Amino acid sequence: MNASTPGPAGAARARPRPENRPPSGGWRIVAAKELADHLGSIRFVVLFVVLGLAGASAVYSVSQQITSVAAGVSTGQSLFPLLFTLSASDIAAATQQTANTPLPSFVTLISLLAPLLGIAFGFDAVNRERADRTLPRLLAQPIYRDDVINGKFAAGLAAIGIALGAVLVVIAAWGVIQLGVVPTAEDVARLVVWYVVAIVYIGFWLALATLCSVVMRRAASSALVAISAWLVFSLFGSLLISTVVGLLAPLSASPTNSEVIANGHLQDALTRISPDGIFQIATQAILDPHVTAGILTIDQRVAVVQQGAPGSILSLDQSLLVVGPQVLAIVALTVVCFALAYIAFMRQEVRA
Amino acid sequence: MVLQPSPRVEGGRDVAIEPVIEARNLTKRYGARVAVDDLSFEVRPGEVFGLLGPNGAGKTTTVLMLLGLTEPTSGEARVVGVDPMRDPLEVKRHVGYMPDTVGFYDGLSARENLAYTARLNRVPRSIATARITDLLTQVGLVDVAEQKVDTFSRGMRQRLGVADALLKDPSVLILDEPTASLDPEGVVDLLALIERIAQERRIAVLLSSHLLDQVQAICHRVGIFYKGRLIAEGSVRDLATEASRTEDVVEVGAQAHDGRPAGVEVITATLRGAPGVASVAPDPDAPDRVLVTGAPGIAGELSSALAAAGLRPIHLRTREERLDAIYARLVHAAAEAPVRPPRPKRSTTRSGPGARGTTPGRPGPRRARPGRAGRPRPDNHDDDPGDTAAGEPG
Ligand SMILES: Nc1ncnc2c1ncn2[C@@H]1O[C@H](COP(=O)(O)OP(=O)(O)OP(=O)(O)O)[C@@H](O)[C@H]1O
Ligand SMILES: [Mg+2]
Repeated sequence: MNASTPGPAGAARARPRPENRPPSGGWRIVAAKELADHLGSIRFVVLFVVLGLAGASAVYSVSQQITSVAAGVSTGQSLFPLLFTLSASDIAAATQQTANTPLPSFVTLISLLAPLLGIAFGFDAVNRERADRTLPRLLAQPIYRDDVINGKFAAGLAAIGIALGAVLVVIAAWGVIQLGVVPTAEDVARLVVWYVVAIVYIGFWLALATLCSVVMRRAASSALVAISAWLVFSLFGSLLISTVVGLLAPLSASPTNSEVIANGHLQDALTRISPDGIFQIATQAILDPHVTAGILTIDQRVAVVQQGAPGSILSLDQSLLVVGPQVLAIVALTVVCFALAYIAFMRQEVRA
Repeated sequence: MVLQPSPRVEGGRDVAIEPVIEARNLTKRYGARVAVDDLSFEVRPGEVFGLLGPNGAGKTTTVLMLLGLTEPTSGEARVVGVDPMRDPLEVKRHVGYMPDTVGFYDGLSARENLAYTARLNRVPRSIATARITDLLTQVGLVDVAEQKVDTFSRGMRQRLGVADALLKDPSVLILDEPTASLDPEGVVDLLALIERIAQERRIAVLLSSHLLDQVQAICHRVGIFYKGRLIAEGSVRDLATEASRTEDVVEVGAQAHDGRPAGVEVITATLRGAPGVASVAPDPDAPDRVLVTGAPGIAGELSSALAAAGLRPIHLRTREERLDAIYARLVHAAAEAPVRPPRPKRSTTRSGPGARGTTPGRPGPRRARPGRAGRPRPDNHDDDPGDTAAGEPG
């Protein structure tokens, strides 16, 4: 059409230049800007303070009487993970004292806080651009719409990851220096795996909050919906699950094997829908790897019983085997949130 | 930035150049409501096209469809030769866009906001810094470049929006109500800037507005938009002649034979009785002149009437009709018309290019007055509650 006329600058520049497509990776530009925003924000300071308090409480619990606890710990288990999993009540139990402070362990605190952290960094991701009226301008730049969501997600996750990583390192360093608890390579590996799983878990909540921020025009309603989801999962989740399981696969007074297995299958399936349950199982399997009923699926339990090894400790690769499906389940839930967020975002009008 | 001088094609009416914006039968429905109805127009490089219309006419919707930010229900658009629905990124690389309610990241400075846009457009950092300074200078914000945007007034944000739209060195500039909250000086500056950029860089400019006298000042062509339909299109001058004017206003100044200016009273007395003259009044803008209102084409009559009285006309100029009057008349007619308003003007402007519109219609005396004079009858905005409601921050 316009190939022959060596037109003036405007027309020449107007021609599409397929060889000069915008490079992919618009999300990285968005993420860099968002991360810079996060790192300078009050939100990030609060995040650090909260994680720091969790870390401090863990350190406090552990420093109380780790030696007496250590005496009660089964041989073959490393002390290092206790830095993160010991709670004040564990200590009290081990030392036959009453705990003067009901402090939960670090990982319990994190599993409690993780949803809130994710929500805090995602609930206003897209609707703030709307409220600030920057969305039309942003989307008029040569990036894809999903770049916006992806970039914001990556930045939020990076911010949380930085803070959580820093706190973990500080606790570990304190354990090494003050208590002389030297981690083995496997301990370090377990901690890293747990960190990754925690980030994946927080990522789910971040994705859910981002979805809310796309669907809800107001940041306040978005936060409310996300927090409600968290309450449903964490407070009523297990209750709901046991109710549903009791209804659909009830156990009689003297349950038969098939009843137990059917019940177990349903329980497993439902637990794997609840990200909260998934994370707890994964945490336990990684950092507190006693073979207990809680962390194994019914099929794995049957296998363990058949091999006659209940109560033993999972090796790292066994832990990974247990954790793998859990992590996949969280990732799948995250992907679902993302897909919904993309679809909603693509269908939305750009203007407010 | 491409600043090389290029052969000026007046009014962008050189047909040899491909249009960079083409809308063909664009239609957008929101449910049962038709926001844009079968819209077709084109804009060529170097041309400034004004999209005029009352609130809710569909201007913003049109702009969003051109950018690929809203999908047309039917019809298609071509911007820089690309379908914005097919390849939105290619369009967005070449189109500088300023939305009607432009927002910035309040926590960042003006410069940082622009730097982000530059990064999103993959402008190399070395070029970006100089370009940002240059643009901030052009829009008069260089002194507050390092200030956070939350300290900016609305007008300052709007200026920043223009700089933002120009940052990618666009070949098409789309400005949705660029002058909405600027002070009079800012309006003049901004319009001059747009006009200069359109000429120097030969970019096509599409701007929407209801501030008609401003649009009149810089637009080579305008499209008048009413309830989603283009009811007229062409240069302001075309529209003035086509839209059946009922009277002319002529400025008249004259000399007596001895070369001294004839007094206003003398001229008035001479012209009052001339055929076709409706009224004669002193020109408030010039002491020695009068304003004569009369039948269209009356200037000739006046000249002979003066000569007959022994006066020499030294100033005889038919005032160009103001766009707001044309607009009011057209929109009024469209509102009166039965279900489907006629669409008369498009064919005429398509047929003889070059014949008209050689100069953007600069009106003569422009009094400073609010640009909403041309607002059509009030019932027009009964049907756009959504837009006005959405305009306020929730
Ligand atoms: N998301 C939407 N859903 C339904 N109707 C819409 C939507 N967006 C716009 N409209 C309608 O489309 C019509 C055109 O709106 P548009 O914003 O394009 O008008 P405009 O010419 O830009 O008006 P203004 O001068 O007020 O900016 C209006 O009647 C409006 O109510
Ligand atoms: Mg608008």
